[in-house]
Amino acid sequence: MSAFPLAGPIATGIFGFVVAITVLGALVAVFTRRIIRAVAGLALCALGLAGLYYFLHSPFLALMEILIYIGAVCVVIVFGIMLSEPDEPALAPAGRREFGWSALALAVSAALGAGVAYVSLHGPWPAPAAAAADGSVESIGAALLTTYSLPFELISLVLLVAILGALAIARGGRGAP
Amino acid sequence: MNPALFDRPGVYLAVAAFLLAVGIFGLIQRRTLIGMLIAGELIFSAASLNFMALNRFVAPDPVVGQIAVLFIMGLAAAEVAIALSIIIAVYRNYRSIRAKELADLKG
Repeated sequence: MSAFPLAGPIATGIFGFVVAITVLGALVAVFTRRIIRAVAGLALCALGLAGLYYFLHSPFLALMEILIYIGAVCVVIVFGIMLSEPDEPALAPAGRREFGWSALALAVSAALGAGVAYVSLHGPWPAPAAAAADGSVESIGAALLTTYSLPFELISLVLLVAILGALAIARGGRGAP
Repeated sequence: MNPALFDRPGVYLAVAAFLLAVGIFGLIQRRTLIGMLIAGELIFSAASLNFMALNRFVAPDPVVGQIAVLFIMGLAAAEVAIALSIIIAVYRNYRSIRAKELADLKG
């Protein structure tokens, strides 16, 4: 393989660690009752996803994932939590309907996830295509300013409108009782 | 010889499928709006991971998927901003963000 002796097993170990962080973070994000822990789980999941992007040969997106998801999305959600009281209510004692609802949710999501995972693990994936370009930051920048300049401008417009809309909606009721 | 674990597209796609399943479970089962928002973010992440895996293993041009994921991240950020402002407005009016109590339009 490479010059470094145990490079393969070490890389596999790091990969397993990253996958474990992603899975654990997702589970924490969904199953805890305190919503602030769910946000921490989302941040953990984003960190694991950044590692996965790194393994997919895209360190740029790994950094973007950390910057946007952990640095922006999670922080904004924490602000939203501070402005409201979102803790899940304790389970009602007569929770038969709730239990049935949870069982239904579990069945639906497990069937969907297992089906998609089966297809993706057993599907005949074509051999990796020969790369037509390197996926470097330089080529991403060039593509953003040439081929994808219209979507790039549109997404900045979407972000601007989202900021203005968020301000308008969140300020609207101020002063009302 | 089999490729290493991190060189198989199936592994990444299976992780993405797991994220999608967990996100859908949370979306159905959570009873507050912020919990549902977090579950929705997990589904966004699953889509991004799918894009990146197929971009790495199948697509000939490795730039396209990265740009698609960048756009997904931008849309997710915009969606979070809008959804949180709606949640705050709802909380101001209802003093609660449980999805069950937002039933004014229920016939």
